[in-house]
Amino acid sequence: MHPTPSQTVGPFYGYALPFPGGGEIAPAGHPDAITVHGHVYDGAGAPIPDALLEFWQPGDGRAGRPGSLRRDPATGGFAGRDGVTFTGFGRIATDADGHWAIRTLPPSGAPYLSVCVFARGLLHHLFTRAYLDPDATDPLLAGLAPERRATLRTDREGPRTHRFDIRLQGPEETVFLDFR
Amino acid sequence: MTLPTQHDISQEIAQLVATDTATSGTAHHPDRGYAPYRSSLLRHPRQPLVAVGDPDAAELRGPVFGTTDVTELDADLTRGHTGEPLGERITVTGRVLDRGGRPVCGQLVEVWQANASGRYAHQRDQHPAPLDPHFTGAGRCLTDDQGRYAFTTIKPGAYPWRNHHNAWRPAHIHFSLFGTAFTQRLVTQMYFPGDPLFPYDPILQSVTSSAARACLVATYDHDLTVPEWSLGYRWDIVLDGPTATWTEEDH
Repeated sequence: MHPTPSQTVGPFYGYALPFPGGGEIAPAGHPDAITVHGHVYDGAGAPIPDALLEFWQPGDGRAGRPGSLRRDPATGGFAGRDGVTFTGFGRIATDADGHWAIRTLPPSGAPYLSVCVFARGLLHHLFTRAYLDPDATDPLLAGLAPERRATLRTDREGPRTHRFDIRLQGPEETVFLDFR
Repeated sequence: MTLPTQHDISQEIAQLVATDTATSGTAHHPDRGYAPYRSSLLRHPRQPLVAVGDPDAAELRGPVFGTTDVTELDADLTRGHTGEPLGERITVTGRVLDRGGRPVCGQLVEVWQANASGRYAHQRDQHPAPLDPHFTGAGRCLTDDQGRYAFTTIKPGAYPWRNHHNAWRPAHIHFSLFGTAFTQRLVTQMYFPGDPLFPYDPILQSVTSSAARACLVATYDHDLTVPEWSLGYRWDIVLDGPTATWTEEDH
């Protein structure tokens, strides 16, 4: 069957898609939690204040779990995560300065976080990966020129903090992926 | 900076349709560098995407949602306020399928839209049309065991934007969909049949194949219309992208 075409997320998703705790993927207070953060930039190097990022990492058994956007049956509002369940899914909008941050667990099974990028001006989302282990290698990384490969690796800013900037266009353009 | 005119944009649209017809006419998703939509200019990669053929890729599985993530009221955008919204009450329903035609069951569908006057409940939308205190315009549901979703809402209005002089978006509802694999993720827009703004809109026209563009337009279905209550629209959605279980033979 022919796929339904993509259309841009537009500028006004902010009251519909982000949810409280969207970037708090690690269970509350988990001792292994790490912070991953960065900016999203356009082709002129300007930060993008209306991008939406989604993160996916499989948990045990390579599966996800419900509970990312728990609802409060009394108020109809968002109740936040339960603090216990690792759902593997995160969603965060960039701030006015194009910055975002998540707290999650180090990926298991694969050495990367899967990232999906949406933005006003982007007619079809983009997939990329944040490789956290500096020694990680796989066929994807091995097939890239060193300067391109570097765009998929996080910069370690501290023992539990990684920086991952995403550049939609330009000389340091992030490598984006095709799963077709 | 002087904005381009509708005539300028319409000429660009016509040129890119012609190019598409001359080549294959089979492109389903928009070209991310589609220039008539000016916001795309600095926000699309110039390098080709890099193919991932790894059968163990994490993206071949995906996020899971469940009963804790959605309440029954979330699918009715006309409720949750202290009064009834203004506008034409509609129901929108359809099925979510994969490329093999199999239903996508138990997955999250999210929608958002402008109100009947063409105004979003977003503080950066400064279109001088009235906000409706009884309408926010966001909803969600999980598909059932046949892949069906259903929303009750009001028909959104058209609204102006600043892509070019006298630019107006045709009425649409934004949809966000998940499949069984992260690769199937889709954010798109559903349009209403017969809208006179279709040819002028560079976002809809970014889908340069007319057959693919038709996939974005709902069908009015009188059998879905509820007497004395609401008008019914049907819109099925086919998710792209491989999954852990998808094979070319199923296509």
